Amino acid sequence: MNDDHRTISFTVNGKVISTEEAGDTPLLWFLRDNIGLTGTKFGCGIGMCGACTVHAGGRALRSCITPISALDGGEVVTIEGLSADSSHPVQQAWNDIQVPQCGYCQSGQIMQAVTLLNDFPEPTDEIIDAVMAGNLCRCMTYPRIRAAIKQAAASTKEAQAHG
Amino acid sequence: MARLGDDRRIAGNLTRRGFLIAASGAVAAFGFASSAGAAMILPSTDQLIPEQTFEPTIWYSIDGQGSVEVNIIRAEMGQHVGTSLARIIADELEVSWDQVRIKHVDSAAKWGLMVTGGSWSVSQTWPVFSKAGAAGRQALIERGAELLGVAASECFAREGSVVSGDRRVDYGAIVRSGISRTFTSDQIEAMSTKPVEQRRLIGRPVAALDIPPKINGSARYGIDAWVEGMVYARPVIPPTRYGSKVVTVDDTSARKVKGYIRYVILDDPSGTVPGWVMAIGETYVGAMRAADKLRVEWSAGSTSGVSEQDLQDHAAALIADSKVGSILDTGNTNTEAVFATASHRVERTYTNATALHFQLEPTNALALEKDGIFEIHTGNQWQSLILPTLAKALGRPEETVVLRSYMLGGGFGRRLNGDYAVPAALTAKALNTPVKMILTREDDCRFDSVRSPAVQTLRMAFDSNKSVVAMEHHAAAGWPTEVLAPFFMPKGANGVPYDPFSINGADHWYEVGAQKVRAISSDLARDTFRPGWLRSVGPGWTNWALESFMDEAAREIGADPLEFRLGLLTGTGRNAGTAPNSVGGALRQANVLRIAAEKADWGKALPDGHGLGVATSFGQEREMPTWVACIAHVSVDRDTGSVKVEKLTSVIDAGTIVDPGGALAQAEGATLWGMSLALFEGTRFENGQVIDRNLDTYTPLRIADAPPLDISFVDSPEAPTGLGEPPTTVVGPAIANAIFAAVGARLRHIPITAAAVKEAILS
Repeated sequence: MNDDHRTISFTVNGKVISTEEAGDTPLLWFLRDNIGLTGTKFGCGIGMCGACTVHAGGRALRSCITPISALDGGEVVTIEGLSADSSHPVQQAWNDIQVPQCGYCQSGQIMQAVTLLNDFPEPTDEIIDAVMAGNLCRCMTYPRIRAAIKQAAASTKEAQAHG
Repeated sequence: MARLGDDRRIAGNLTRRGFLIAASGAVAAFGFASSAGAAMILPSTDQLIPEQTFEPTIWYSIDGQGSVEVNIIRAEMGQHVGTSLARIIADELEVSWDQVRIKHVDSAAKWGLMVTGGSWSVSQTWPVFSKAGAAGRQALIERGAELLGVAASECFAREGSVVSGDRRVDYGAIVRSGISRTFTSDQIEAMSTKPVEQRRLIGRPVAALDIPPKINGSARYGIDAWVEGMVYARPVIPPTRYGSKVVTVDDTSARKVKGYIRYVILDDPSGTVPGWVMAIGETYVGAMRAADKLRVEWSAGSTSGVSEQDLQDHAAALIADSKVGSILDTGNTNTEAVFATASHRVERTYTNATALHFQLEPTNALALEKDGIFEIHTGNQWQSLILPTLAKALGRPEETVVLRSYMLGGGFGRRLNGDYAVPAALTAKALNTPVKMILTREDDCRFDSVRSPAVQTLRMAFDSNKSVVAMEHHAAAGWPTEVLAPFFMPKGANGVPYDPFSINGADHWYEVGAQKVRAISSDLARDTFRPGWLRSVGPGWTNWALESFMDEAAREIGADPLEFRLGLLTGTGRNAGTAPNSVGGALRQANVLRIAAEKADWGKALPDGHGLGVATSFGQEREMPTWVACIAHVSVDRDTGSVKVEKLTSVIDAGTIVDPGGALAQAEGATLWGMSLALFEGTRFENGQVIDRNLDTYTPLRIADAPPLDISFVDSPEAPTGLGEPPTTVVGPAIANAIFAAVGARLRHIPITAAAVKEAILS
């Protein structure tokens, strides 16, 4: 990688980051080790467990297999930036349904679920299963993940109806 | 902030370059997590340490605001354990839940045995915390009565206050007034606890204290531990678990990796990680990539050619040798005489593949020496077990090593074996620098303490009335306890020590006449890998064989599998149960079976290719039975052999349910874990190593595979037993028995694959 002196800039949770770190540095480790955002987790390193899921340009992205060079000029949101006070409807549903067990995969589950609900405001079980298939939960909280996504969908719809 | 633009010198001679520019203050606003330090307190608090506290026992303190901080020595790995345990004290102490904090403490001798496993936490803590809470209540009532100027007998405690008529004084005021009552252990032992009907928190749902940080990214796992000046490490793991020696290391290619510092060949007096080489980096990415580029040549240990088939064949040969193994005391063990004269006999053999823990947070540890203490920052389930090993590895007294507590990104038994702390500690010692070691997923799988493959042969003898008159259960596997905690091994009836965690479950509560249960350690397994305790441990696979066999035995004599089991769960003799944990004995197992059968409508007509299967268990051990029954409803595609689990119905009697929310969550997870191990998870050894090392080929259950669950608990006032594992043990055999009911195919190996089902259908 001969891009040592190239500056890469993107935003993380709304704040501008400029770095000379090598462009092939995985976003996951840049977030965790360079800027101290450790809510995004390392699970498999090959994009198959979903624990490292963040948003880039509003889309769910596996940060463990994404080099920071791919984000130049982009916008990244991590679990820490989803809301200031755990007030996002998906976080609230996760709390109400008491979804997490060990919790290690849940940042990724929540970030994936947020984009799911953006795409499918009223998801069926089939849609949930298809979209969440890439997020492994070793504690097997799957029944509660399904229930929480549905609750978040319902609360969002209700908020919009009253908004 | 501390890490931005930092050019401090590390590892003696290497400068870390500034990696961020133009931060212009914005990055500082991220607010870096604080440096690794004190114990984990939930909910997190900014309060200063109060000047006055009351500590009636070592287990909790009450401050001048009336807040109760409960010390939790058990690891938080998803079971909301602090929420369960603190409630036992809070209930007896008569405080409301919002007055309670939990503190996951660091290791220290005063806590006694620190272990989180075996589904023991609630069961073992129950008597201790109940009495500790009651003692505090008594002391507060005595002092409160003094302050109110009345007799203690005229007062009672409620919601954090001592009450006399219409006057009250709250606990905070009592603490501020000065209270220092302490109790001897005899006094605490004699303390009477509240009657069941006066419980106000136990058995009621509350929000788990560990959940808020788990939904906003602020929960701190071992992998998140950080201190100023640390370097990163990733191992290069040798070709065999034991006996490999480093011959040469060539880092020519590694030196081209950005951020690579050097390598370290570990010298391990404890023998935990022989042949390990560590790649050291300024960043984890540097260490990770450099490890791939290090060219290490080893002389491999003797097991470098061992395959899964070798392990299975060796276990089968051990079973065939009647002279080896430990025979458990099950009363009349002289089965030979009965089998010789029986009118009918059944024998079957069952196997299970090697299985990985695959806890989602790969093993890791941060190690550093500070003020004469070697600190290990990592999630761990058995601090007491690894501390002596760390002391030996580091060549220092055990009192000078401490394990700091973190959340565990999954335990499942992997972190009972704290071997992963050793290489981090050795590297930190060698470099005289804080070292953060993280295993990649592939490293973690190779270094796993896997669930041993096992072979089990079961036999049953019937008389001419088709009554069961004798039974044998022979099981051969690698024994985790023999390797890691031999002091935990009791002796069998023949004087031979055995690993209870590799045979529990086989010593069942069925009345079968003469009974022989023989546990055999596979030396080849022990030499090839470090056998691990994996969620539900022995009963996770002994009950697979037992309950598959009970189904086959029932069908052999033309009996209904449910009725056959109920007929043997008579609750007599050694199966009558004893106080406090197994009151009611086998009759409680029969009870959960009947309820499950009713809920799942056992015997109902089903479409072609569908079937119901039943299995039951007493959970982890006879001394702490959790009675479980499961009915699986499956459908099988006859053409492909693929199995779909339509529904799992489980009924659980774990005595008093302290934390109903956490209990149900554990039961859900354990049930699906059992299904995953039955249908989706297995690996094999090839050339002395597990072949599956990541999710490309190791395939645990995913969300779309999760069937509807109907899980319920028996309402019981009896002593609480365990919940994290028992619901696992019934699922595999229930599914296999359902497959047989659906299409007549009998599967005797887990994981059950579509190919195996298709083959069984055709044969």
